[in-house]
Amino acid sequence: MKPLHIKNGRVIDPANRIDEVRDVFIVDGKISAKPPSDGVEVIDATGKLVAPGLIDIHVHLREPGRGDKETIETGTRCAARGGFTSVVCMPNTSPVADNTGTIAFIKQRTAEVGCVNVFPTGAISKELKGEELAPIGSLRRAGVVAITDDGNCVQNNELMRRAVEYARMFSLPVLDHCQDYNLVADGVMNEGYWSTALGLRGWPAAGEDVIVARNILLAEQADWWIHCQHLSSARSVELIRQAKKRGVKISAEACPHHFTLTDECLKTYDTNFKMNPPLRTERDREAVLEGLADATIECIASDHAPHCTYEKEVEFDLAPFGIIGLETELALSLELVRRKLLTLSQLIEKFTVNPARLLSLQKGTLSAGADGDVTIIDPDPEWTYDVEQSASKARNSPFHGWKLKGRAVVTIVGGKIVWQENRVS
Amino acid sequence: MKTDWQRKDLLSIQDLSVDEINTVLDTAAAFKQVGKRTIKKVPSLRGKTLVNLFIEPSTRTRISFELAAKRLSADVINITATASSIAKGETLKDTALNLQALNTDIIVIRHSAAGAPHFLARLLKASVINAGDGAHEHPTQALLDALTIREKKGRIEGLNVTILGDILYSRVARSNIWLLTKLGARVTLAGPSTLVPRVFEQFGCRVTYDIEEAIRGADVINLLRIQHERQRETMFPSIGEYTAMFGLNKERFARTKPDALIMHPGPINRGVEIDSEIADCNRSVILEQVTNGLAVRMAVLFLCSGGQMSEP
Amino acid sequence: MDAVAIERALARMAHEIVEADPPPEALAFIGICTNGVPLAQRLAVRVGAILQGEFPVGEIDISMHRDDLALRETPPAVGPSNVSFDVTDKTIVLVDDVLFTGRSIRAAMDEIADFGRPRRIQLAVLVDRGHRELPIRPDFVGKNVPTAIDECVRVHLVEVDGKDEVLLEK
Repeated sequence: MKPLHIKNGRVIDPANRIDEVRDVFIVDGKISAKPPSDGVEVIDATGKLVAPGLIDIHVHLREPGRGDKETIETGTRCAARGGFTSVVCMPNTSPVADNTGTIAFIKQRTAEVGCVNVFPTGAISKELKGEELAPIGSLRRAGVVAITDDGNCVQNNELMRRAVEYARMFSLPVLDHCQDYNLVADGVMNEGYWSTALGLRGWPAAGEDVIVARNILLAEQADWWIHCQHLSSARSVELIRQAKKRGVKISAEACPHHFTLTDECLKTYDTNFKMNPPLRTERDREAVLEGLADATIECIASDHAPHCTYEKEVEFDLAPFGIIGLETELALSLELVRRKLLTLSQLIEKFTVNPARLLSLQKGTLSAGADGDVTIIDPDPEWTYDVEQSASKARNSPFHGWKLKGRAVVTIVGGKIVWQENRVS
Repeated sequence: MKTDWQRKDLLSIQDLSVDEINTVLDTAAAFKQVGKRTIKKVPSLRGKTLVNLFIEPSTRTRISFELAAKRLSADVINITATASSIAKGETLKDTALNLQALNTDIIVIRHSAAGAPHFLARLLKASVINAGDGAHEHPTQALLDALTIREKKGRIEGLNVTILGDILYSRVARSNIWLLTKLGARVTLAGPSTLVPRVFEQFGCRVTYDIEEAIRGADVINLLRIQHERQRETMFPSIGEYTAMFGLNKERFARTKPDALIMHPGPINRGVEIDSEIADCNRSVILEQVTNGLAVRMAVLFLCSGGQMSEP
Repeated sequence: MDAVAIERALARMAHEIVEADPPPEALAFIGICTNGVPLAQRLAVRVGAILQGEFPVGEIDISMHRDDLALRETPPAVGPSNVSFDVTDKTIVLVDDVLFTGRSIRAAMDEIADFGRPRRIQLAVLVDRGHRELPIRPDFVGKNVPTAIDECVRVHLVEVDGKDEVLLEK
């Protein structure tokens, strides 16, 4: 592996409070303070941004079990193209990641075919059923970085309480997909004007808020971290904001589709706008933006959820929830900087320092000795997203045909270039 | 003389302009007369193939569309299936593509999933007519209701129209709300608060939970069916309670305007939404609605097939 | 043609209709909407004056029987047809304002066949402008006006437009 010299880029390293033009060196897979002596590959980053490798903490890789939708190989390639050097994968695979065997499989497969770092999560409850605790201690030893029932949500508050207390023992944060099954029932889109006009069953925002509130109270009681995934509701954002002021160990993430789209998009019944939690009103969208701007929401994640095309090409009620998002995430997020809601440094934080801290990952910085994970971003070019060219097996994106601005141009994992624009790897 | 009708599909009333609605009603009035002739057939759709794709079963609407198509000399095929048998076998997409391979000209679709007609219209060259999609819309029902009101009252603008019952899950209610508000009627919705949420005020309607207030001053009262399916168990306590609070019984009927029309999309639950005698009284236009339904459907089929419709 | 010419033509046509010796108890007029209807009514009145009788007038809208529905840009506006008498065994005088390709007449005859079986149908038109596409010929003609295919014959009648005139336009 050749040493790398990333030259003349605007280095944004929020962990070290750096935002200036300088060079970055990678030697033997690690960031190096000293320039390497010889045999160096030079990457000219003039006019580009150089950031610590970006981390996406909410991705569905679908393996084991649903390799028809996506595999660790295709999913990580997608991540690399999107500029992500690390992804955290969710346990709703088949079999569920509620046992050490599945975790071992994921790690092994990643070593074989994955081109970026993959950090698995383990289940909170066996088979994600929300009835009995999964073997959280063993999962920790097998290498999970968090526990979550994502895809599902533990409804039994007593079980959730015990899970949080137990996870604390292993310093494992609990991630939660906040959904009250009874309030949500068979809803397929946000409950409001548009669900009424379209005649589709509505999913009230209260279905999310109620669980966010429950998580805040349990996190406060257990004095341990609960991270609320994909916030979509204005009330949820406000609840988190108030809880943080009290010092509760609560954190939150938001997905680009929830700060870019609204429920009006569903008026054509296009299933590429069907996801869970659903797209909500303009007011909710703005609240998510405000939450990102004032650091109430500290992470941005994609909830990359691939589905086979034939699964989505059905009546709206029958289509599975979810969209892919790794390759459009960065451009959509850069919009927040362009609209002056965040500085570049603040945006990069949400993909580096913050997720790394939440999950205790030794990632997200360009300090000397850190892993050689770097993302080089060109914020300027305008490009049209063609989902047919995606590295994913799936094609379920609502952003197909969108004109986007900015993208990752080089993605480096452990000192190795895993994605470079215009380069056949 | 020509119309300005440019659509090959009829998916919703929400999309239609006032002119388009009036074109359908005027055309329907002409087709109504065909049913009074000895030979109740005209050759307008001769040689065209129409498929009634009824994934959600319905005998009445299907018969109405079938008869409308046959009176226009079209060939009719009826496909009925439950959603589960389609799901176990072919997907809706495959069913539709198969029909296209048979050069079907018109597909009339009733489905329990909102948006199913839109899905087909995007996929197929054939004309797609929405005969009811989930809780979304039932355009021909609203059109026949409008034709009935127009015949009896001479106009729709300025009339007080009250729709009573389960509005939330009703496609008939939604289509009627769009059509009546577009044509300038004053629409009042009434029923249990769980079935008539305030969000409907954003659609230009008045919402009330007091049936007396709703029917007072109404020129037209449209009664919707109460469907007590499993998932509605949380919405209101029982049929008995509904009838007591919202049923149109003799006492309430006596307090309506003397020339108020009583309408119902059918099939009626005698004794639930409406007392048996009231359904049969001379102010009830329920049977005329059926006759007008046939004329409206003939008009819709005629308009959507006539002319070279450019792809939208 | 101006109003006077129209009236003279109708008067002559009425006499020609009578000259063809129709059975008075079985004579009826059917006008093709829109302009054929007032013309049929005027003819019925004139013939009624000559024969001392009253003859029924029906009106038919031929839109449902057109043969060009799939070829048009937009569908035609459809109006009601109103034939309140039984056409079976009658001598029908079918009346229209302008005879051109003959297709409207074909559609009209198909529609009349749906109402019953007339003994005979005779065709009366105010203007014959030529360019037949079907083997249809008029029995009674107000005026023969040779035209180019891209010209247009417009008939205005008092009952519909407020005045009587026939115009030839490009």
